[in-house]
Amino acid sequence: MFLFFLSSGLFLGWSLGANDASNVFGTAVGSKMVRFRTAAICCSIFILLGAVISGAGASHTLGKLGSVNTIAGAFIVALSAAASVYSMTKLGYPVSTSQAIVGAIIGWNFFSGSLTDYHTLSKIVITWIACPTLSAIIALILYKVIVIVIGRIKIDMFRLDSMTRYGLIVMGAFGAYSLGANNIANVMGVFIPVSPFADISFFGLFKLTSTQQLFFIGGVAISVGVLTYSRKVMATVGEGIMNLSPVAALVVVSAHSLVLFLFASQGLEAFLKHHGLPTIPLVPVSSSQAIVGAVIGIGLLKGGRGIRWRVLGGIGSSWIVTPIIAAMVSFISLFFLQNVFEQKTYRPVPYAITSEAMARIQKQGISLEETGSMLGKEFPDAKHFYKALSNLNNLEPSDRVFILNSAEIDPMAVTFKKLKTINLDSDWITKQEIAVLEKLEGRKFQHKWQLDEALAKISPHWQPIENGKKYNERLQHKMSHIYDKFRYSDK
Amino acid sequence: MEFRILKKRLDIGRQFDVFLDKVSEAGLLFKAGVDAFLSDDIESFENKIDDIIETEHEGDTLRRNLEETLYIQTLIPESRGDVLELLENLDALLDRFKGALWKFNIERPQLIEACNDDFRELTSIVVEAVEATVRSSRAFFKDSSSVTDHIHKVPYWESQSDKMASKLQQTIFRQEGLSLSEKLQLRDFVKHVDKIADRAEDVSDKLRIYVIKRSL
Repeated sequence: MFLFFLSSGLFLGWSLGANDASNVFGTAVGSKMVRFRTAAICCSIFILLGAVISGAGASHTLGKLGSVNTIAGAFIVALSAAASVYSMTKLGYPVSTSQAIVGAIIGWNFFSGSLTDYHTLSKIVITWIACPTLSAIIALILYKVIVIVIGRIKIDMFRLDSMTRYGLIVMGAFGAYSLGANNIANVMGVFIPVSPFADISFFGLFKLTSTQQLFFIGGVAISVGVLTYSRKVMATVGEGIMNLSPVAALVVVSAHSLVLFLFASQGLEAFLKHHGLPTIPLVPVSSSQAIVGAVIGIGLLKGGRGIRWRVLGGIGSSWIVTPIIAAMVSFISLFFLQNVFEQKTYRPVPYAITSEAMARIQKQGISLEETGSMLGKEFPDAKHFYKALSNLNNLEPSDRVFILNSAEIDPMAVTFKKLKTINLDSDWITKQEIAVLEKLEGRKFQHKWQLDEALAKISPHWQPIENGKKYNERLQHKMSHIYDKFRYSDK
Repeated sequence: MEFRILKKRLDIGRQFDVFLDKVSEAGLLFKAGVDAFLSDDIESFENKIDDIIETEHEGDTLRRNLEETLYIQTLIPESRGDVLELLENLDALLDRFKGALWKFNIERPQLIEACNDDFRELTSIVVEAVEATVRSSRAFFKDSSSVTDHIHKVPYWESQSDKMASKLQQTIFRQEGLSLSEKLQLRDFVKHVDKIADRAEDVSDKLRIYVIKRSL
């Protein structure tokens, strides 16, 4: 069954390879500086390396958008995203896989009555504009600098040719690596909790964790996508928008790789934070948008005459259409899977202000004079609960979010049986952490936060730390695995 | 491996240099050959013909090698067509030098004393026009921004060549004691040599466009 559900993830990986990844080398191939075969092989290898080596550290912004809580639901979300990307790839449009996933998750949210986190959504949508803009600016500056440098050092035509060629391959490989690292979580992330793999050690020299093995499979799917189906999109990116000279192609690829790096580097974020500088949100950005932005940047630098605005308009509208199609496909397929094939596509998450939740809310200092009417009443899903909350006047938006989190019902029981089924996977849980969990054996929890608090009470290791964004994200990630593990349904 | 490929690319640059040398040499041989012919030094003239045939042959071999390498290694994709055209055109100039000398050898025209100096002058102007084209082409490969330093000289030499050709034709047709057929034969020689400068100008006009296309 796992393999069946994994197939949609692999399909999504394949689409990612056929579409997003082809952007990386599109301009190099389009300007005929690098052969398609060389580009495809180089791209595949570095995506795979990025996925396996750096994939585990990728940000989980998409997870915040909506938490698809059954494997069948995850299957449909991945499948709808993949189908949308595939259809756009067939038309030759460079669309973004993350856009498609965002659309598919929103479709699931609508179907399951979950709330879409509009704060995260707006953050993601803003990057859809910021990313191509930033890419265009970087390309513009980079191009100017390179033109000045080439003018100064008076370089021979053939030497410039070979340097550009190597530059294209090196920057393309860098882009492919960061793409693999950033996007593998989109493709395979939902399958980590249900992975049947165990860690493998290679003669004690190095170790592949279960997650890395999963990412490896996803990486292979992406690579297959690159090798089999990326040619058409490469042509659109490389030649469709405007004819690029090899030096311009190099600038485009470099700007693209830099933008991917800027939006995904946790190291850079830490550095900026440490020096008191404003940080860039870590959001999985689309390589298609970065490439298209960079091409436009160079086009504008040349007065905009060479840009084929019709092609560009087509690409722009495909960016709007993709998430909408993905959302609709996702919604309709979920409906069919649920009602025709009788599969559970989502686990209903009821909400109620229990006495424990009430105590927590009061402790936070939120005045609950009007919530009295809601006390003890169970709401079928987040949407209904939020609607009831919205009727109350005196609540700040942040208070509402706090109440929402406190009232989420998610029954869990830490049983001996379940404790024994935890696979040791160094990527998400260690022996010591399991030991702490064992101390909670026999206890039941109504809310997620109760389990959080119980764990934090036993060991400081389970406490979120101040200014430790990376640590806290990892902790949250671990907790979501634990919720999945100990969840039970009393219905 | 990387360095080996880089070295290969540099070799191609050097091969282009050698090819341009051949075109330039052909001009010098042409000038020396015409001079020998006008001085009635037939032995030296025939030696120059042998030399220019050799040079033309070497130029052809180099051109073929370069064309093959450019395609096989898919070098300079954005300018490959232009560079190939430039190669062909420069080679055509080389051929014209050889052809003109051959024409002298086949027809052995009876040149008139009064025209000899002007004919020498015409030859050297034509060679200068080609030389300026070769210098511009060299600059195109090495540093395309400096092409403008040389290319403006080509139209100058071409117009000088036109003037000299007109002067020569006037002298020929006003010469008494020559039959019409002799006059027509001499005019044909003048036009044949003058045409080399015209072709050099055509090549430089195209080169101007290649430079614009390559500008960053």
